[in-house]
Amino acid sequence: MDSAGSTPAPLLVNMTGISKRFGPVSVLREVSLRIFGGEVLILAGENGAGKSTLIKILGGVHTDFEGAIEIEGRVVRPQSPLEANALGVAVIYQELSLIPSMTVADNIFLGRALTRGGLVDDGAQVRQAQRLLDQLGIEIDVTRRVEDLPIAMQQLTEIAKALARDARVIVMDEPTSSLNAPEVEKLFNLVRDLKARGCGIVYITHKMEEIERIADRITVLRDGQHVGTAAAADLPSEKLVELMVGREMEEQFPRHQTKAGEERLRLEQFSVAGKTRDARPIVDSVSLSVRRGEIVGLAGLQGSGASELFLGLFGVYGEGTGGKALLDSQPLRISSPRHAIAQGVALLTNDRKATGLVLSLSIIANATLADLPKLSPGGWRRPASEQAAAEEKAKALSLRAANLEMEVGSLSGGNQQKVALAKWLQIRPRLLLLDEPTRGIDVGAKREIYQLMNQLSSEGIAILLITSELPELLAMSDRIAVMHRGQLTAEFTRETATPEGILEAAMGRVT
Amino acid sequence: MTTRTEKSDGVLRRVWANPASRAVCALVLVMLLGCFFNAQGAFFKLGTHRDALRQASVFGILACGMCLVIISGGIDLAVGSVLALVSVTFSLMSVHWGWSPLLSVPICLAFGMACGAVSGGIISWFRIQPFIATLAMMVFARGLAKTVSGGMKVSTAVKNPDGTYRYVDVPAVFRFIDNRILGGNLAVVTVIFLVCAALAWIALSRHRWGRYLFAIGGNEEAARLSGVPVTLTKILAYVAGGLMAGVAGLCQAAQEQQGDPEAGTGYELTAIAVVVIGGTSLSGGRGGIGPTMLGTLTIGYLDKILSINAVPEASRLMLTGVIIVLAVLAQRRRRS
Repeated sequence: MDSAGSTPAPLLVNMTGISKRFGPVSVLREVSLRIFGGEVLILAGENGAGKSTLIKILGGVHTDFEGAIEIEGRVVRPQSPLEANALGVAVIYQELSLIPSMTVADNIFLGRALTRGGLVDDGAQVRQAQRLLDQLGIEIDVTRRVEDLPIAMQQLTEIAKALARDARVIVMDEPTSSLNAPEVEKLFNLVRDLKARGCGIVYITHKMEEIERIADRITVLRDGQHVGTAAAADLPSEKLVELMVGREMEEQFPRHQTKAGEERLRLEQFSVAGKTRDARPIVDSVSLSVRRGEIVGLAGLQGSGASELFLGLFGVYGEGTGGKALLDSQPLRISSPRHAIAQGVALLTNDRKATGLVLSLSIIANATLADLPKLSPGGWRRPASEQAAAEEKAKALSLRAANLEMEVGSLSGGNQQKVALAKWLQIRPRLLLLDEPTRGIDVGAKREIYQLMNQLSSEGIAILLITSELPELLAMSDRIAVMHRGQLTAEFTRETATPEGILEAAMGRVT
Repeated sequence: MTTRTEKSDGVLRRVWANPASRAVCALVLVMLLGCFFNAQGAFFKLGTHRDALRQASVFGILACGMCLVIISGGIDLAVGSVLALVSVTFSLMSVHWGWSPLLSVPICLAFGMACGAVSGGIISWFRIQPFIATLAMMVFARGLAKTVSGGMKVSTAVKNPDGTYRYVDVPAVFRFIDNRILGGNLAVVTVIFLVCAALAWIALSRHRWGRYLFAIGGNEEAARLSGVPVTLTKILAYVAGGLMAGVAGLCQAAQEQQGDPEAGTGYELTAIAVVVIGGTSLSGGRGGIGPTMLGTLTIGYLDKILSINAVPEASRLMLTGVIIVLAVLAQRRRRS
């Protein structure tokens, strides 16, 4: 990292032996991280590797951890983001921390307003803020309110805010998620500028194209552990991916051999428009086919658009979708979840507590909610049929609860997920969209869900599966489609799929 | 490796956790209070109970509709004004214009439902918060009531073309509603209240729409993603609230023998208090008609006990305010 003849780069931050647990779950184990001045360090790893947790520890958000942090030689333990700022560390998180109703200038000086005689000196703030932005080459009128700016400008404002604090260490978590190409260029220029000033920059991304452009060194985390750090030159993309994935792939959950039938779902150039008119589409011209009895795995890292593909198919965006979708050769009418359900499409969301279940209602109520029109002909409910239906599904799913009138909120994660599945099985779907079906549940329940997936596909149901666990994806999918930034970048069969191939495609390598 | 079997809570925990049984506790406490402060035996007279029930009935009718709206996660501040609007319209139709109740009653109820539909529509289609939308309707309906009544009470004193006044008879339908049955012991308005409660109970616990109300109040997004017709369900909740406000307006007109455009002021707050004391959560998703009826009785008896003990109205209001806060605190679910 130092070329011959130049002064060695100063060690700005030295984190050693960092461990963190949330309850019984160990998220980081003996991780070390070194940040040098004047260089860009890429922090790489799959979803759940521990990257965000690590930088939150550096940034003073998580204060309960084991290990040591040294900043410029001094042992520190930041107890709050404010303290971290004072120590020269600025962290720019993905969720912007700007106050939308205040101006850019006010946001930049948030918490450290310039005052004159006890009152905020608006003039000085505006002047200094504008000067800062001009120096950084960002063209924003600092008197505008943040909420009136496009998201890309907001992100650049967030970066400027961090820089205004004279930080020596700047951590950026996925900073280009909302930026288009010219704005990404501006950001990269900014980054080079900061490097030249001697700042140490930690850049979290999973976009291969960005890593190749700006990385000086790369640190890889996997399953909460530090698996390697090397100069960017020594870590080309294939080796990087190998490091990120690294584990032994065991056939833990063998998939039944099923005979796939006729095509059930056909997507042609399916798109979901972006949030604003000039934003890039969240799902961009995806063409995909799923047959009866098939399980197609949909892989993608954060921002890939996979979940949004499901939501779009399910009618959540109403008419905000483009392209063609055919179910059993008939056009799929996309207008609302109600219509999707009536056509035999079911969506198990990736957040059962927030969008999958009504926690205050009973197991029976939740399990029968989607099928209530059929279970209550003419509108009048039949508690006996509801009870019978729920009991039947509970048995099929091995749902163990003392009493089906219990509130779903009091069940364990695995049982809650089974109630959500019961609801969708009840409508006898033709197409089942599963978004992270085994997230946050114990091993035993996971196995039961895999068995269920096998059984459903053998009954002819077509399944689309999103999962961020590679072993699960590889074990359960008949075919795998990979998405990156809304587009389909690769398709694999069971035979051709490898963890490295999938991850590379998820990071932007089109094959 | 094994999946845990979920056990239900112990018996005592379940009793306290159940909103209905908490509402019973509240009522029992109030009754005990009455026994203690019985104003030289007045509390034990049949007439006292008859009156308490009759006076609570109008609030009870409003509370039935309010309960449905609150369960769906909303709130309706307009019911007091709609009560006045219907009261005034009913009086005009029955007293001044001499219309048959077969015509006036359905039209007045439709009027109430229309107000509810407008509130519900504004909330669902324009995505305006229920508090704001029904606040606006509250003010609008009050203004409409004053317009319809010409700013005065619509009473049995009818203005003649030449400017003098004559008195007309109280219409038969008014007398019917204001009557008592069962040997003078049960007021007709109480029967109407019980009928409204029964209808609301049936809708809530036996109809698909009732289940949808709970789902939306509990988690609107999850409900939508489960195929629940959120917009229609919410609008119907406010229509139901408007219908109940209309029924209450008919009763109010008959009992007062006039249509007062200022009637019902503050009734919405009492209705909300009744629902909340009954154990229905303001955040939606939990509650029921049974507990709401207990809440009606609780507030009704509380008011009666205070009045037979000649507590001045100002103090009654303050005490009721304190009781409401205590009741809600007692409802806090213990977080595990």
